[in-house]
Amino acid sequence: MSVLLGKDTKVLVQGMGREGSFHAARMKEYGTKIVAGTKPGAGGTTVDGTPLFDTAAQAVDATGANASIIFVPAPGAMDAMLEAIDAEIGLVVCITEGTPVADMLKVASVLERSSSTLIGPNCPGAITPGECKLGIMPAENFKPGPVGFVSRSGTLTYEIADALSRAGLGQSTCLGIGGDPVIGLPTPDAVRLLNEDPKTEVIVIVGEIGGSAEEKAAEYMRAFGKKPAVAFIAGRSAPPGKRMGHAGAIVSGNQGTAESKVKAFDAAGIPVANAPSEIPALVKKALRH
Amino acid sequence: MKLHEYQAKQLLARAGIPVPEGRIATTPEEAEAEARVLGSTVVVKAQVHAGGRGKAGGIKVAKTPNEAREHASTILHMQIKGLRVRKVYVERAANIAKELYLGITLDRDRRRPVVMLSTVGGMDIEEVAATTPEKIARGWPDPILGLLPYQARALCFDAGVPAEQRNAVADIAQRLYGVYVKSDATLVEINPLFIQADGSVLAGDAKLDIDDNALYRQPELREWKEVSPDEEAEERARALGFSYVQLDGDVGIIGNGAGLVMGTLDAVKNAGGSAANFLDVGGGAKESVVKAALEIVLANKKVKSVLINIFGGITRGDEVAKGILSVMAQHPPAVPLVIRLSGTEAEAGRKLLVGAPLESRETMDDAAREAVRLAAGGTAHFNS
Repeated sequence: MSVLLGKDTKVLVQGMGREGSFHAARMKEYGTKIVAGTKPGAGGTTVDGTPLFDTAAQAVDATGANASIIFVPAPGAMDAMLEAIDAEIGLVVCITEGTPVADMLKVASVLERSSSTLIGPNCPGAITPGECKLGIMPAENFKPGPVGFVSRSGTLTYEIADALSRAGLGQSTCLGIGGDPVIGLPTPDAVRLLNEDPKTEVIVIVGEIGGSAEEKAAEYMRAFGKKPAVAFIAGRSAPPGKRMGHAGAIVSGNQGTAESKVKAFDAAGIPVANAPSEIPALVKKALRH
Repeated sequence: MKLHEYQAKQLLARAGIPVPEGRIATTPEEAEAEARVLGSTVVVKAQVHAGGRGKAGGIKVAKTPNEAREHASTILHMQIKGLRVRKVYVERAANIAKELYLGITLDRDRRRPVVMLSTVGGMDIEEVAATTPEKIARGWPDPILGLLPYQARALCFDAGVPAEQRNAVADIAQRLYGVYVKSDATLVEINPLFIQADGSVLAGDAKLDIDDNALYRQPELREWKEVSPDEEAEERARALGFSYVQLDGDVGIIGNGAGLVMGTLDAVKNAGGSAANFLDVGGGAKESVVKAALEIVLANKKVKSVLINIFGGITRGDEVAKGILSVMAQHPPAVPLVIRLSGTEAEAGRKLLVGAPLESRETMDDAAREAVRLAAGGTAHFNS
């Protein structure tokens, strides 16, 4: 195990509908221990050999699940996240896209008073290659190794993980934290976890325009960095005021510009790749130092 | 989703926030009639989803109904920041003694709403924040508890609101917070918030942006949505389940995943070109989706080449290739296409595309360079 998830992670799938059961099967194939699913009213039945429960608390009591992954549609996503936190599940991943900001503000407020870690929503999830996949990413792009990887984007994460893997640079843990304005595990917190992780030798930070999470992460690394890091910012060519797909990827006023993020990384001595294709070479260089 | 001032003021009035009496008009004659009904000096205000209406000449004071008609006739022919004015709001003029600013938005870093109050009203708050941040009082209510009375009072003390208006302003702040929550707003602003000569407080303007993700539970506000002609393509794309943003360049872009598409836009810029749009088809793109995406991108007459960048995860490269081939067979595009397939079944996809009248490249950077070259008038070689 690197950070947050590994061989001993026992997973509850919240929302064993079509999406949920499809991805539960893919995670199982990868070797993830899927121990339970919830589907209110279907408690006592099974899906592909996985026992279903009516509530998250029942699932935790019966199976000792210590992580959950949420596939519940947006109108019920807040409820599912709060149910998982209330059941004291240590790691909660919410895949669901389109959760209202107001709902996430409530979840974030409850989260601060809990001991749970929430990844997402609107994210690909997390993977410790070779041990545990808790997400929807195509597993073949990820290989075990020393690179800790945090990203606000989805397919761009697969693209970069693939480039790293092809260059012989495997990953300790990849955290796809999501592109919404309010998320459970913002970039600085994810970077802190990887910085403290003995199995991670170098950190790759993939950010986007919007907000100031990258600036905060750069400040943190400048003060407390124990290992080298490499960054990439998507959306450097995006004009202000236009939301680039992700609800969080928007430059408003002078907030959230790529320039400000690049400047912060420069000040922290963290090289910023101009294109994803440059990342492997920068990582190799960082590892040599 | 943005609301018009008159719509936002309707929500404010329902929440018990004092607003000037006003009526909507779509013709100069209507504006004259409404001014007559109001029977006082009025303000004729352009209703468009753009800031800086006053500076653009979209807000004018009329002393008589005649004057209201004349102003309405000018304003109804205006374009403000490229948006045509279709409605004016005719509103009873206030007797202004002082202007405040009151706004609520999201503080992403703190993961809380932030309530801002300032005695510097009527100005661009971002400018005030940049030059004299100490003039803005801020409070961060717990989203579960809401804006508590003591927090609203503290804001008034911190901002230096005159003692005579303190209770009224604190009350309005709490009511405005109620509007923010009830309407699933991402931004609500009263700028300026008037203190009138008689000491009463009144919302001079109102701005309200609604969280698109919450529209499913805001049936009334959903009805209020207005799509301007330049937003039509974006709206059509949204209905199809993907996101499209029109930009100024000439390289059309289609990709899967917001981050990857942003990265593709950047790659085009790195190659010396500029993107005509952002288009994310989302996950599991099927033939019909690829077709619709191509149609939307090609409808933009500025587009001189199209770059399709797909990293297959759940999306299969061969499926995407089949989709593109079928589109090309039915409606051969007038501009060259460059495609980069990677990930799941990418090789199978590339094989299918051999011989097709398009350029295929293995990396995002190569594909971007090729698309930029073609947009600049370079000759297509078709995989030679």
